[in-house]
Amino acid sequence: MTNSPISRPPHSVSANRHRLLRRIGAFASYAGLSLVALLFLFPFFWMVSNAVRSNEEVLAVPVRIFPEAYQWGNFVEALVSLPFGIFLLNSVIVACGVTAIVIVVSCLSAYAFARLKFPCREGMLLTYLSTLMIPQVMLVIPLFLVVSKLGWINTYHGMILPVAFSSFGTFLLRQFILGIPKDLDEAAMMDGASRLRILVAVIVPLAMPAIGLLALFTFIAQWKSFLWPLIATSGLDKATLPLGLTLFQTRQGTAWNYIMAGATISMVPGVILAIVLQRVIYKGISVSSGFGGR
Amino acid sequence: MRQLSLWQELPRMEEDMSESAVAELPLQPVQSRRFLKPETQTAMVFLLPSFLGFMIFIALPIMASLALSFTNWQLISTPAFVGFQNYIKLFTVDPAFYTILSNTLFFAVEYLALNVIVSLTLAVWISSLKHGKAIFRVIFFLPTFTPTIAASVVWLLIFTPDGLADTIIRSLGLGLPNFLLSSSWAMQAVVLVTLWANVGYNVVMFNAALDLVPKQYLEAAMIDGAGPWRRFWRIRLPLISPTVFFATVMTAITSLQVFDEIFAMTRGGPGSATATLGFAIYQKGFTNFQMGYASALAWVMFVMIMALTILQFRMQRKWVHYDE
Repeated sequence: MTNSPISRPPHSVSANRHRLLRRIGAFASYAGLSLVALLFLFPFFWMVSNAVRSNEEVLAVPVRIFPEAYQWGNFVEALVSLPFGIFLLNSVIVACGVTAIVIVVSCLSAYAFARLKFPCREGMLLTYLSTLMIPQVMLVIPLFLVVSKLGWINTYHGMILPVAFSSFGTFLLRQFILGIPKDLDEAAMMDGASRLRILVAVIVPLAMPAIGLLALFTFIAQWKSFLWPLIATSGLDKATLPLGLTLFQTRQGTAWNYIMAGATISMVPGVILAIVLQRVIYKGISVSSGFGGR
Repeated sequence: MRQLSLWQELPRMEEDMSESAVAELPLQPVQSRRFLKPETQTAMVFLLPSFLGFMIFIALPIMASLALSFTNWQLISTPAFVGFQNYIKLFTVDPAFYTILSNTLFFAVEYLALNVIVSLTLAVWISSLKHGKAIFRVIFFLPTFTPTIAASVVWLLIFTPDGLADTIIRSLGLGLPNFLLSSSWAMQAVVLVTLWANVGYNVVMFNAALDLVPKQYLEAAMIDGAGPWRRFWRIRLPLISPTVFFATVMTAITSLQVFDEIFAMTRGGPGSATATLGFAIYQKGFTNFQMGYASALAWVMFVMIMALTILQFRMQRKWVHYDE
């Protein structure tokens, strides 16, 4: 934009004024957006700020922005006195379990849909696709029946398996595999590689960007998930972090500071992933929006 | 024919395949005379896990949900077929149903409009910057990577009586009641929190789309004397309209299902001011154990999602531009 010929006649007074105005404009733009961003981040600050206070201070009536006395031990206390440690472990097991299954199952089915010929392929693909519109809460009631009939209530497999078969991953990966040259498959086939071997040795390494994105989004979705764990568990021993946060909400004399500490702990993986993988997420989202939108 | 093309590929073979090059050539195996072609057999094996999961955890539950919606099942009794009684009761007898329906629609419409406006504004703002785009993207994206319940609990503390929100409202002299205790303001709190928690995804998506708009178009428009406002409406928005359309459809689908925020912050209250379909289905099913009735509600939600999606696809012809 700066290089466009009309906006910059050389060495004139008006050009200097123009440049100055543009600088002021840019500065105002940064300042304004930074202010919005700070407001946006404020709830995070408020959470941590209240996680390190005594409970009396959390509820003290003239609200304090910064704590009077910092109690960093609250994080340890929260992990020990309320079973947030167990919740954390359960969250990790469920999120990793679902992610692992989603990746394996989606790779297999996406390869079949992208590369293999079989009867009713298009019909099956459409059927899979149409289920993406089904609201989760609609499946929850019958899933609860299935899981309780199988005796899986309050078990890890009961929490993991019913949510590990969304067809979204199949589509995302199929779309990506379609873009990988078929010659590579055929060359490997010439060498006598089986289809499974081709998938593992040729396709999966090439599809790593899409697989990584799928893994990331599946993990985060499960980490955030609330409704299904709420229904599939009974009691504290299998509760995940989001569940744990609400279980202590109504207890008489709610320990707000511990809940804020628990909320902070539950946000850590997401915050780290978002920061570390921001480039991947940005690229992935632009790809996946193109995937659905264009 | 395939054999032929394979031979042509030979010179291009990759090195890492060479270890298996000694293995037998892919002569069509004897099994091809069997009922199914080997490729079909392989496909069946590959699809088996996803197909089983799909049948047991998606297809079967959908059919069960439909079947349940025609019964009076209450979890302990044996379900009896009652025909359309649940649906008739919904639309004619249940006094809460229209409240729930209008709450849901009110939330969805307000949230969807605000989400698109806020995320587009922020995305345009971010993409106008020269440096530091990534930092702002991450900041607005952070809440979408945090559990909704954790976010809701934090906002619950902010809205607690005499808490931060009340302090700010009082010091600004706005004269507003505590949001979560007021039946006319509670929904606004839910909208605010949902917006905060989810807007980042669309911000990043729109930002990515805006960055792909060819610079020449904007420069050409500038030379023709188009101001920033005109450049946005005439060039950038039409060019990113497929992405805006996709985001609007996805956001509408999720907004009709809102549950986590309501469960954590208001439990449908005060009164039934924030009781939406998602919450009502949970409450009817798992608090009152009226599984049949809750299933009927779930199908009402599904029909609403379908209708809204179809409507959006119809309307896209008017405003979405695809490049040829």
